[in-house]
Formats: sequence, structure tokens, C-alpha cells
Amino acid sequence: MSDKRKKRMRGPLAREAQIYGWLFVSPMVLGFTLLLLFPMGLALYMSFTDWPLLGSHSYIGIDNYRDIMGDSLFWQVLGNTVYFTVGLVPLNIVLALLLALLLSRSMRGIGLFRTAIFVPVMTSLVVWSIVWKYMFATDSGLINQLLAVFNINGPAWLYDTKLAMPAVIVTSVLKNVGLNMVLFIAALQQVPASLYEAAKLDGASRTKSFFNVTLPMITPTIFLTVVMTVIGSLKVFGQIFVMTQGGPSNSTKVLVYYIWEKAFKLFQLGYASSLAFVLFFVVLVLTLVQWQLRKRWVFNESDA
Amino acid sequence: MKATHNGSLRKSLGTAGTYTVLGLISLVMMVPFLWMISTSFKEPQQVFKYPPQLIPSTFRFQNYAEVFDRIPFQWFYFNSVYIAALVVGGTVLFASLAGYAFARIPFAGRNAVFLILLSAMMIPHEVTAIPMFLFMREIGWIDTHLPLILLPIFGAGGVFGIFVMRQFFITVPKELEEAAMIDGCSRLRIYGQIMLPIAKPGLATLTIFTFVTNWNEFFDPLIFINTRSLMTLPLGLSLFTDEVGTAWHHLMSATVMATVPLLIIFFLAQRQFIEGVAMTGLKE
Repeated sequence: MSDKRKKRMRGPLAREAQIYGWLFVSPMVLGFTLLLLFPMGLALYMSFTDWPLLGSHSYIGIDNYRDIMGDSLFWQVLGNTVYFTVGLVPLNIVLALLLALLLSRSMRGIGLFRTAIFVPVMTSLVVWSIVWKYMFATDSGLINQLLAVFNINGPAWLYDTKLAMPAVIVTSVLKNVGLNMVLFIAALQQVPASLYEAAKLDGASRTKSFFNVTLPMITPTIFLTVVMTVIGSLKVFGQIFVMTQGGPSNSTKVLVYYIWEKAFKLFQLGYASSLAFVLFFVVLVLTLVQWQLRKRWVFNESDA
Repeated sequence: MKATHNGSLRKSLGTAGTYTVLGLISLVMMVPFLWMISTSFKEPQQVFKYPPQLIPSTFRFQNYAEVFDRIPFQWFYFNSVYIAALVVGGTVLFASLAGYAFARIPFAGRNAVFLILLSAMMIPHEVTAIPMFLFMREIGWIDTHLPLILLPIFGAGGVFGIFVMRQFFITVPKELEEAAMIDGCSRLRIYGQIMLPIAKPGLATLTIFTFVTNWNEFFDPLIFINTRSLMTLPLGLSLFTDEVGTAWHHLMSATVMATVPLLIIFFLAQRQFIEGVAMTGLKE
């Protein structure tokens, strides 16, 4: 029976599989080639050109990349992007993990808290940023008004070169912490209860069983979440656009904002493409590291 | 006796601590929304009044009406809704078709094509946006909704949809299909009448994920749209922010209108939403 079936698969059924297989994937493959693969190739070429919006473009080799290396604003922008990432990621991960641990306890009304913390994830980034721009407003903002209750004269948060970036970071953490929290809750549920029971039998305290059972078990999730959050942070744009427009005096100008400005405000399309490839390169390296480590973990898991 | 007493005391202290921490953080999350709603009803001069009032002394409902005088808010809304609907429809259709083929139809080059699609997911959108802008300008699609509809369907979002649907279809028992094939069912019918109905949970998750992503999309509209009445909510609101200056009462009325309907839907279908959005965990 099964032999017969196999034989039939090689005949007209096999040809049918070729036709329908390609037919079913063709819309996606066509669209993908036209709207992603082709522009990707063109972007690479553009990064080696001087390409104005109007008039003709010229091939200039690696000049753009050389210019980037000597562009002091680029280094400042890169520094700001790293600052944002380094400021956001640990805060986000630690808070998300803490919340996930608290929310996985079975207590009355726990669902309500989970909802409250997840609502910002559902809110549009632009709306969330607008509302927080208002919260941080110098005279009418709630934060300074609350500070005034304690006779503290609140600063001009978003107009201070030292405070603007921390304000944006806090806004972003609050926006997205719920997402990582949900991922951590899912990971915590995967930890077998028998491990906790064994730890308890061995007389491990709660702190001890957290560090020796929980943490090792959810390390893969933590790592994936960190990489994902880092990549997301390197691409930060919306909140900067709404809250500070890269200011004051470039103190919050990040990589994607700089790319956008170069491409769509100053129309230096070649230079902007090279900047975009710098971003791509960083993301690529991070992704490869992630794949490599994921493979190793999978191996370790099957080993154990 | 004493030990258990101590234990329960510590336990209730722990519970109290948990409630305190969760309560505080939830408060920080909720206050911006309450403050937004409160301000949306305030008189302009009340906005700057000290000490802050959560419940305004008088409610000024015309703040909402005045938003419509200043910006074509209804068009922002309409554009956002219909673009998101088309993107969701297109993504679900094409991604499930391709996902089914990648999972179940053994055609030549299947694995290679799938791998190329997957690895393209890590291309940052900002890289392709620049040539896309030139391309759209060339064919006269700048300041139309076409790029906003087509790019997400066939970009990283669509590829992610294929991945999700493929994972789903792989788990469906093969016997179902084989029986249908022996009965002479065509592939199209197997896909439409057997596989799709089984995949409903996967489709629901993909729908929500795609909708939320698209509803919040900001970069593309910023690049491709210039005309006010063609803007989506995020773009329209962000430009409105620049214009109103400190007219926070108007801005907050607008953000309330932009947020509340989606939040109501969220409260109704919370579980699916959380699952759908948590799928981003798989995406990168």
C-alpha cells in the first residue's frame, strides 16, 4: 500500500506538486523579489554613489563610507544610539523579568495588573510618545507639577541635553516592557514544576531556587529577548521624532533619525544608503551571534 | 507552631510586597491615560493650572469638535482602518497560501526559497526604504496609499506570516490531506476547505499581529504621504503635535479618539491580542 502510494507520488502527483507549489508561493516570491530583494540590491549600489534627488547620480566607490568614518556627527549619532540601547536594554529586561516573576504567582487580581502593564504595548508608539511629551512638558507637564508639590522646580526635561535622552529611554521602557514580560511569563511556565519540588526537597531557599533552577532554565529566552530588544533599540525612531526631533543640539539624534534626515530632508540618498548599510551590518552581526548561540543551546538541551 | 506562624506572616508580607510593586508600576502605566483623558476635557487655561487637577472643574466637550476643525481627523481614521484591513487581508491570504506550500507541497527548490525568504527578514526596513522611495516616485505612487498597502504585505511582515503559517500547517496530520487527494480533491480545495479551517487559531493570531503592527506604522507614511487628508493616524497626529504647540487640550482629545476604540477591542479580546503581539518574540 505505502509502496504503491510512493510510486504514485513520482508520477502525475509529483508534477502536480511542482505546479501548485510554485503557484502558491508565487505571489509572495514575486512581491518579495520586487519590493525587498531588488531594492536591497539597488540600495547597495546607491551606497557607492553620490545620488541627489534630482539630476544624475555618479559612482564614487567607497567615498561615502570613508566620509562616514570622518563624519563627527555620525560618531555622535552612533554614540547616542549606543547610549539609548545601553540605557534601555538592562532596565527593560530586569523590569520585565521582575514583573514576570511577580505575575506568575497565583494571586487574586493578577490578570488586572498584567492587562495594565500590557496596555502600552497595544498603544500606538506615536500616541504614547505624544502623551509622554506632555507628561515631561516644562510648565504644564504632570511630572513637573507633581515635583512642584514638593517645592522642587522641575527641569525642562526634553530641552536639556543631559535629560532628554533619559526621558526618551524611560518613555520607551514603559512602552515595551509589557512585551518582554509576556515572553518571560511564557518561558517561566515552561519550567517543569518537578524541578522546583526537587529543589525544595533539597532544602533550597526561594532565592537559591531562582538562581539555580529558574534562571538557567530561562536563559535562552532571556538571551533571545536581549538580542531582540537590542536590535529594536538600534532602530529607534518614532519616539525621537515625536518627542525631541533629535534635539536639543543633536543630543538625541539616533542612527535611524540621521538616516531619515539625510535621505528625506537633505536628499543625500547615496550617503543615507551607506548609513543604512552600517545599520544593516550591525544587525546582521547580532543576528548571526544569536543564531550561533541558539544552535549551541539546542545542542546542550538535547545533551542533558 | 511558631514556625508555621512565622511562615504565613512572611508569606502575607510577600503578598503585600508583590501587590505594592505591581500596583505602583500599573499606576505609572495608567496615569498617562488618565491624564490624557482628563486634559482632553479641560479649558485651555486649566491645563497650566497649579496644582494639577485630575478631574476638571468644568468639562469642555467642544475640545473634541474643535479637533475636527483643525485637522481632517476622520480621514486619518478612515485611512488607518482601511489600509490596515487590506494589509491584514493580503498578508493572511498570501502568507497562508505560501505557508501551506512550504509546509506540505514537495516542489523543487522549496527549502532554498524558504531560506532566502527567512534570511531577508533581518534586513532593516530603513535600508530598502530609500530605493523604494525612488521607485515609487518613478511610477507615480508617491502620495498614494499603494506603497503603504503593498510594502507590508510583501515585506518582512509577509515573510513572517509565511513562517508562522508554515509552522502551523506542519503540525496538521498528513492523513487528512492524503485522504482528500485520493478522493480527487485539487490542491486549491485542500487548502481552502481542509487546511484553512483547521488553521483558524493561527490565522487569528496572524491577523492581530499584522493589524497591530500596521496600525502603528509610522516610518512609511512619513516617507510616502504628503497630503493631509491621505495621512494615517500616527503620521497625522505627529504632525499635529508640531502645530498645536502647547494646546494640549486639543492634542489630548485627538489622542483619546485615536486610542480608545482600539483599547476597547483589546479588552474584549485580550488573550488573543497578547498572544498575537507576543509572536514578535519569534520574529527577529
